[in-house]
Amino acid sequence: METLYVVCVGVITACGVFLCLRGRTFSIVVGLTMLSYAVNLFLFSSGRLHLDGAAVLGTSEQYADPLPQALVLTAIVIGFAMIAFVVILAMRGRADLGNDLVDGREPPDTKKLVNSSRGKV
Amino acid sequence: MTMHLSILPILIPMVGGLLMLLPPFIGAERYNARRAATTVITLAHLFTSIWLVYTIVNQGPMMYAVGDWQPPFGIILYADLLSAMLVLLTSVLALGISLYSFAGTDREGRYFHPLVQFQIVGICGAFLTNDLFNLFVFFEVLLIASYALMIHGGGKQRTAANVHYVILNLIGSSVFLISLGTLYGTTGTLNIAHMSLRVAELSDSQALIAQAGASLLLIVFGLKSAMLPLHFWLPRTYAAATAPVAALFAIMTKVGVYCIFRVYTIIFGDNAGELANLIDSLIWPLAILTLIVGTIGALASPSLRTLAGNLVVVSVGTLLLAFAIRTPEATAAGLLYLVHSTLITGALFLIAEMLGQQRGKALDRFVVARKLHQPALLGALFFIAALSVAGLPPFSGFLGKLVIMQSVTLNQDKIWVWSLVLISSLLTIVALSRAGTTLFWRHAPNSGIDGEGAVSRWQISGVVLLLAASVSLVIFGAAMLEYTTNAATQLHNLNGLLNIMNLTGGGQ
Repeated sequence: METLYVVCVGVITACGVFLCLRGRTFSIVVGLTMLSYAVNLFLFSSGRLHLDGAAVLGTSEQYADPLPQALVLTAIVIGFAMIAFVVILAMRGRADLGNDLVDGREPPDTKKLVNSSRGKV
Repeated sequence: MTMHLSILPILIPMVGGLLMLLPPFIGAERYNARRAATTVITLAHLFTSIWLVYTIVNQGPMMYAVGDWQPPFGIILYADLLSAMLVLLTSVLALGISLYSFAGTDREGRYFHPLVQFQIVGICGAFLTNDLFNLFVFFEVLLIASYALMIHGGGKQRTAANVHYVILNLIGSSVFLISLGTLYGTTGTLNIAHMSLRVAELSDSQALIAQAGASLLLIVFGLKSAMLPLHFWLPRTYAAATAPVAALFAIMTKVGVYCIFRVYTIIFGDNAGELANLIDSLIWPLAILTLIVGTIGALASPSLRTLAGNLVVVSVGTLLLAFAIRTPEATAAGLLYLVHSTLITGALFLIAEMLGQQRGKALDRFVVARKLHQPALLGALFFIAALSVAGLPPFSGFLGKLVIMQSVTLNQDKIWVWSLVLISSLLTIVALSRAGTTLFWRHAPNSGIDGEGAVSRWQISGVVLLLAASVSLVIFGAAMLEYTTNAATQLHNLNGLLNIMNLTGGGQ
């Protein structure tokens, strides 16, 4: 179970980081969302993984640590609000800057590179 | 009442900010009601902070268990001399920028004053909390308020800068949570004082994981405080934000520096066993590089705001140097410098906007433009701020840099700290005098002076308040230094903290 969990968190984090390194706001918003999912899963596992363990004392033989569950709830709420904000900001940026690039303009020589390779093809 | 005193600096702006969202205060035409409310709330906050400092000086540090959940289980607020001083600093800065914003900045958007109050909630909460997760929550509170304040007034440049700022800080928040999860997974606690006990008892393999968590935490605080490889966002963001907001942001970098001081002195300080002083080797080169890059940036700045933004980076570098020396004396000197640099860089941002509004389209850029309408007044304000930020006597910057240099004891450290601080001061003077000559003396020959952009009384009162606070740092220099020395001693005295929390060594 631990291995599966670790692989999942790792893959989601890697995807999130990759998407955050892109140059357009849409992929970054998706990347941030994935990153916050990965973080929530990670935080949840910081109290160790238990099966059949209620967080309330006395209801089952072994019990799970309730604190990470509370932390994850807080992190989900905050993360959700922040993602909502960044979506709105990205749309505002699209309207104000006329494109969805993070820098607000094309990177300096993209066009030239694209054009020259087009010519060769 | 004294019992609940340490939570009041968080509650007052929170309730005040929420009240300002209600009908008597909301709406574009009700700005006078909002201004009155802001004045009342900020003054109440200032009064409470002074009361808090007074109580702590007389009775020692205070612990406040929220909901009466005793440590190590509940969320603990902990007010000692250091956090009380920073709360007071925040409220002075807030009063200054609120007064300044009454001149018209606050009418560019409806929610300026409530947002400023929410930002103060976050800043004061981050200073007062003793729980790492609670620190994260207050970071988010101050960040989301700052995201909205950053684009206050609108405009292309602000949106572009804000996109960078928000994305960077969201990634920072994710890293923060990962490091908290790592630290909680290994030490089993989030209380800063309790963690300092647990960290020393970790087994080898656990200590390795905790070290990873602690290093990740440094990335987060480094991002907030604009430490070197993570400082690129700062000059652009601060230059794009409207002046009172940029001045308020001057304390946000100090929140990061404060967290470095707090976490790496208490948790990963001398008593942390294997992990003792684990960032010391990192922080030296980073502090030195931050100082150098900040100074180069100051020399290369095309406008007064960018210059002020780079001076914020310089001040962070100097503070990190004071941290890297790792003695209570150096911490005391750093704290004094922290108070000074926050007030002065805040004032510089405000002065930059005042200059800009009298120079037509040139704003505060260092180009030949029309003649200033009130050169004597603005010149005097700029002169005081520039002398102070560069560290020339008789102003507070001189005192701050002097005590930092005096606190260095080892010879090899002396070479680095003395040469860096002095050379960066010299280059700062060069940059500021270049700025001053262009702004005040070079103007287009036949440009007539029109009365446009006259500085309002509100603006002057805000700047004068900040400058006067900085000057009074010098007048009461001895008392201030004694206070910061006590604060630093308290910060380095781990046993005192554990006694107040009723935590004892050797596990539960």
